[in-house]
Amino acid sequence: MLYRPDRSVEAASAEITGTLPTSIAIRLGDIAHARSGDKGGGANIGVLAFNEEGFEFLLSTLSADRVAAYFEPMQPGEVRRYELPNLLALNFVLPTVLAGGGSRSLRIDAQGKCLGQILLEMPLEIDPQRFARCARR
Amino acid sequence: MPTITIGNAQGFWGDQPDAPARLLEQYPALDFLTLDYLAEVSMSILALQREREPHAGYARDFVDVVRSLAPAWRAGSRLRVVCNAGGLNPEACAQACGRALAEAGVRKRIGIVRGDDVLDLLRKNPGEASFRNLESGRPLREVADRLITANAYIGGRAVARALDQGADIVISGRVADPSLTVGICVHAFGWSWTDYARLANATVGGHIIECGAQATGGIATHWLEVPEPGNVGFPVLEVNENADLVVTKPRGTGGEVSLRTVKEQLLYEIGDPKNYLSPDCRVDFSTLRVAAVGPDRVSVTGAGGSAPPDTFKVSATYRDGYSASGSLTIFGRDALAKARRSGEIILERLRRAGLECERSEVEYLGANAAARGILSSPVLLETVLRISVADPRREVVERFTRELAALITGGPQGLTGYAAGRPGVHPVFAFWPCLVSRERVIVSTSVSGGG
Repeated sequence: MLYRPDRSVEAASAEITGTLPTSIAIRLGDIAHARSGDKGGGANIGVLAFNEEGFEFLLSTLSADRVAAYFEPMQPGEVRRYELPNLLALNFVLPTVLAGGGSRSLRIDAQGKCLGQILLEMPLEIDPQRFARCARR
Repeated sequence: MPTITIGNAQGFWGDQPDAPARLLEQYPALDFLTLDYLAEVSMSILALQREREPHAGYARDFVDVVRSLAPAWRAGSRLRVVCNAGGLNPEACAQACGRALAEAGVRKRIGIVRGDDVLDLLRKNPGEASFRNLESGRPLREVADRLITANAYIGGRAVARALDQGADIVISGRVADPSLTVGICVHAFGWSWTDYARLANATVGGHIIECGAQATGGIATHWLEVPEPGNVGFPVLEVNENADLVVTKPRGTGGEVSLRTVKEQLLYEIGDPKNYLSPDCRVDFSTLRVAAVGPDRVSVTGAGGSAPPDTFKVSATYRDGYSASGSLTIFGRDALAKARRSGEIILERLRRAGLECERSEVEYLGANAAARGILSSPVLLETVLRISVADPRREVVERFTRELAALITGGPQGLTGYAAGRPGVHPVFAFWPCLVSRERVIVSTSVSGGG
């Protein structure tokens, strides 16, 4: 799982010289699954870690600000994050991301069905050993 | 401990038409079946149908469902059905179902739930504070003359009452989706309407099954690994008198009930998980315990519950002009640049004709259109140019649909995919969420037929 075509040059060179890289590039979807849908003019994205270590990592890494910055081109509004440790999940609410909502939006994804998949493509940096633990389902 | 089973075989209006009969065949002991037909915009479609024909205004597909269940009922099934297919006209829906049952030689008692329609109330009080748009804060006055529908999301009480009165089929309008399940549970177990912990866990059960196959593998992140999605089993809840739930599906069907599918569906279309509002109670998801308890069996217990707000949410819709959306496929070298230029040409032509649309959107499918600006596009040899416009004036939108075709001869080489002809012009129904105090919504039930 560590050998990825999108790994950084540093990671690749560390591999050649035999030292372990301190962090590697992954996508959120390597350690979590998600579901999204519309809520009026906005949408929510539930993000579920595969395991507890992954949830701890998401708690510290996947802030509301970070999700807001990622979705900035879609003008998500003031992103709110809710924590559900019992489900190892975070719920993000993006109040204006649908540009008018299911009934008015002209966009191909008027109902926010793709937002979960988009968020799972978010690039993240993580310690490789920690990644191995977070990726376990 | 006595347990009841509640299935769902219709997650939205347009779901698999034979799913109800198939679910009953696969799970003959099923006690109750819930069917959900209403989304935010469905009501306005029903309103247009009723404008043309006074006996319309309900989900006609439900009559076919009733007909499809008749053989099982004749063979002795005790299944009872609870749905919101009544839309704007539960009486007409009940009459049509009554006729279908009579033709099939089945005697069933049909219950009707009325009172969710608050359109007159909103029309007469456009200045009222609670009718302001919940999201934008704008006063209803701005759209009051264009209102088409307004329905309060009512709770499960009327459903329970109709079942208590002996209904085998309950036809309602805008009962909140999870409240169909809650009403069934209160009827079956006699819970108090202030037993909020039980109501809350039942509400969670209704929330899980209300979108049908979404609980059993549909739209799961790992959908490619879900077994036999083409033969997906619809969800079944086993509920006991403590409101403890097990989510499952019929044996021998495709799909999957697992921690992954159930937890994803728990998070579907929710806001603050500690304050999920239903007409029956406030639900706290943060105390839920979810556990795999067998093959395709997941238990869900421990929802927190408290008293609901003293208002109902209202789902209103109003006319908001017209829209059209057209697509053309462009194949070849520099496909994306060609698509961009084609889109610009169309909008520029409308501008030059003095018919600029109020809103327009140009997208390039295949170029990560759904994630535009977030995920960059790969180099493409093929893209679908999708142009959408909206305007209060129908003639402007119509002109757009005529401009599109000119690209066939004047546009880039490799442009194709126009065989479907001009795109249609559709009225836009916008959504107006607001609140209404409970005492102004008079809900009633009646049960008739059968014997």
